Amino acid sequence: MRWSLAQGFSRRSFLRGAAGGTGSLILGVKYSPAEGAIKKHPSSVINNFIRVDPDNTTTLLINYAEFGNGAYTSLAMMVAEEMDIDWNTIVLEEAPTEPKYYSPLFKEYLTAGSVTTLSAWMPMRTAGAQARDLFLRAAALKWDTDIKALDTQLGNVIERNGDRSSTYGDLLVTIEKESLTALSNVSLKNPKSFKLIGTNTKRIEGTEKVNGSAIYGIDIKLPGMLYGSVARCPVYGGKALSWNDSKTMAVKGVVKTKRISSGIVVLAKDFWSAKKGRDALEVVWDEGQNASLSSEKFYSEYKALASKPGMLAEDIGNSLKVLHETRDTIEAVYEMPYLAHACMEPMNCTAMVEQDNADTDKISKCEIWSGTQYQSNDQEIVSKLLNIPQQSVTVHRPLIGGSFGRRASKTADFTVDAVEAANGENVPVQVIWSREEDIRGAHYRPLFVHKLRGALDDKGMPLAWHQTVVGQSIMQGTKHDPAYMVRGMDIYSLDGCLQEPFGVFRYGTSYAIPNHRVESHNPPKVGVNPHEWRAVGHTHTGIAYECFLDEMAHAGGKDPLDLRLELTKDNPRMNKVLKLLEEKTDWNTSLGEGRARGMAARIYSVSPCAQAVEITLLDNGEFSIDKVVCVIDCGIAVNPLGIESQVQGGISIGISAVAFGNIEIVDGRIKQSNFHDYNVMRINHMPEIEVHIIPSEEMPTGVGEQATAPIAPAVANAIFAASGTRVRSFPLSKHGFKLI
Amino acid sequence: MTTLSVNEKKHTVEVEADTPLLWVLRDHLNMTGTKYGCGIAQCGACTVHIDGSPQRSCVLPVSAVEGKEITTIEGLADAELLNEVQQAWLDFDVAQCGYCQSGQIMTATALLNHNSSPSDEDIDAAMSGHICRCGTYQRIREAIHHVANKPSVNIK
Repeated sequence: MRWSLAQGFSRRSFLRGAAGGTGSLILGVKYSPAEGAIKKHPSSVINNFIRVDPDNTTTLLINYAEFGNGAYTSLAMMVAEEMDIDWNTIVLEEAPTEPKYYSPLFKEYLTAGSVTTLSAWMPMRTAGAQARDLFLRAAALKWDTDIKALDTQLGNVIERNGDRSSTYGDLLVTIEKESLTALSNVSLKNPKSFKLIGTNTKRIEGTEKVNGSAIYGIDIKLPGMLYGSVARCPVYGGKALSWNDSKTMAVKGVVKTKRISSGIVVLAKDFWSAKKGRDALEVVWDEGQNASLSSEKFYSEYKALASKPGMLAEDIGNSLKVLHETRDTIEAVYEMPYLAHACMEPMNCTAMVEQDNADTDKISKCEIWSGTQYQSNDQEIVSKLLNIPQQSVTVHRPLIGGSFGRRASKTADFTVDAVEAANGENVPVQVIWSREEDIRGAHYRPLFVHKLRGALDDKGMPLAWHQTVVGQSIMQGTKHDPAYMVRGMDIYSLDGCLQEPFGVFRYGTSYAIPNHRVESHNPPKVGVNPHEWRAVGHTHTGIAYECFLDEMAHAGGKDPLDLRLELTKDNPRMNKVLKLLEEKTDWNTSLGEGRARGMAARIYSVSPCAQAVEITLLDNGEFSIDKVVCVIDCGIAVNPLGIESQVQGGISIGISAVAFGNIEIVDGRIKQSNFHDYNVMRINHMPEIEVHIIPSEEMPTGVGEQATAPIAPAVANAIFAASGTRVRSFPLSKHGFKLI
Repeated sequence: MTTLSVNEKKHTVEVEADTPLLWVLRDHLNMTGTKYGCGIAQCGACTVHIDGSPQRSCVLPVSAVEGKEITTIEGLADAELLNEVQQAWLDFDVAQCGYCQSGQIMTATALLNHNSSPSDEDIDAAMSGHICRCGTYQRIREAIHHVANKPSVNIK
């Protein structure tokens, strides 16, 4: 990419000096190289995604967020492959929040669900191919020659058997003179001739991320900007009755205090003063109806519900009859706690609300700078909040310091904080959540209880399965309700439990158990805001399903991997993944005293993924995860280096959850507050991870969340193999199993 | 008035004595490469060098660093030339979201300056004060070993 260190710095200074203003922010720099080019050459705009400068710079408009997922790199690879351009001439720019840039799958400006590569695959390749075709046609006209005699080579059109060549940029004049435009119908490369796609390609914004120049939302600096820190009710949903700010106003740098929806915001000239002022605030709270809630009450209510009939999601064969007629059924209840995302960059947003020049009571427009996965939703919510048209809300998306689902906020909670704080101030306001607010932000992977019953046939194979899933719905009552609620059931809650496709999720578990019944309870959405968390439903269904399958294997005297191979024999994709796992792990060899293996296999968002872990367990309960072997089939591997990092990351966050992850509600309050009591994995806990990608010519599918799905049950199954103890309530640390 | 020496340049700021160095760097000197992660020295995102030793700037009052040499992530590269650790981070494509990496690189640089061939245990001891939620730990370890195995090890 074009950003050298020096350019990065100089463009960054440009942002520092810019007075709010419009234009695009990408990689944290305000930069529109092609804007000048458009004036000189309207033909610079090739299509919705590509602009070409006379100096042969190619600007790509990227309509997906970069939060570590590698979207910027993969999308640029797709265009560069088809357009045939030099990787170092690419400049990225954020695509504006307009319907033409919405995800074709979600019909919204949203980066989620591990479907970015799949969603962008055809649009970005087509955009690149259109550009290449346009420059070929321009050169043929300019040189009065047959297009078949021409080829392209890294941003140039060349004559195969001649001397003539021209950069794409130099052909803009011809394109303009001849009024050429990109054709909608162009042919794409045969995947067999890919040169860039399929190669290990380093992150396009890598340099900015090692020299300190990368700009995240929290790094936005605008002239006259104030910083905000919010005092929030210790019970989620509570309201401030009154507040006394006399000590707050005595803090140097504090400008004012005011009420916003989420509490009382303190505005100051720097964040430390705002936070100090916030800590000095005296607030009388009405804690509201959530004050009596606790995790323990949820567990006991949900366990009671799990024994009652729920809504019927799936009923293949007749599980109830088989289980009724079976003498030795296997039964278990699994409990999974709330989980916080704990992204390294705490939630924050910067907003500027501008008043109408003629009528200062009226708002004319709003600009926000937000590390968001969900631009169109932020825009929609802010437009309603300020009562201005949606197109009057501009959303800038800087780089994002981790997300894991948190920043796809359906409530736009951290965005609303900043907009309300900025409203009426006439200067930009940046609201930063402290880590404590972030951990206690109540947008969690919801708490779940699963009850399972199983019966084996006379060969020890699973004959009947009955699972009842109890937990708060993520989608119920939101604008996604129509798409994600099927007969009153949230398909996310059940993702990974059902053998058949359900709603928009066009895949099942990959296992074939002849009698398979799944029921669902959606208890009331109180206490917290149930939220997507990397791998969503699989974060709990994965544990319940794969650990119980392990229990069935053990009861039937089967090896857990052999059992899964047998259950997937009619699912060739998963079966192949499992066979490679067996080979790569030397599954049938013994590891020796104190060491054991565990495994699990899952399909999240189409890509099958299986993992085997090796652990060492000490007598005192301390254990280390020594190695994880992961096999994934994600179709065409666009960027294997990026896939490997996503798999490592998916495994890491899953280990954090299964080993330590626990958000507890006590008297309506969140017990944990920061990294000292919400533990996550560190470098000393990290296993060696080996990643194997199944070669494929299928459409590329997701990798961001897939590796999170199997890791937790694989670790729990290894703990059982090593200790004989079946952990059924999480995290593992609750039972004395301490990851070292 | 407090005078600070940051990346071999003097800056004068007017802040309360208890203000953590982190917020002076970020909000007063506009040096945003040093990150806020936890505010209680648990995550390492805010790590800077004070006279060459890695410290958590989120709990370091500005009054305690007057007269000392402060190095931040912005000060590691020599103009466009990245230091060896930064270069290894690029070569191994370590960063994912990248937010924690300034702090990781500061501690890794100090580790390698102090110990030219750290063992895995040395790396664990030095780096376990840092949190990366993206899970880049394996590549961090590989990048550190890579720098250690190169002939020159005096990094900054």
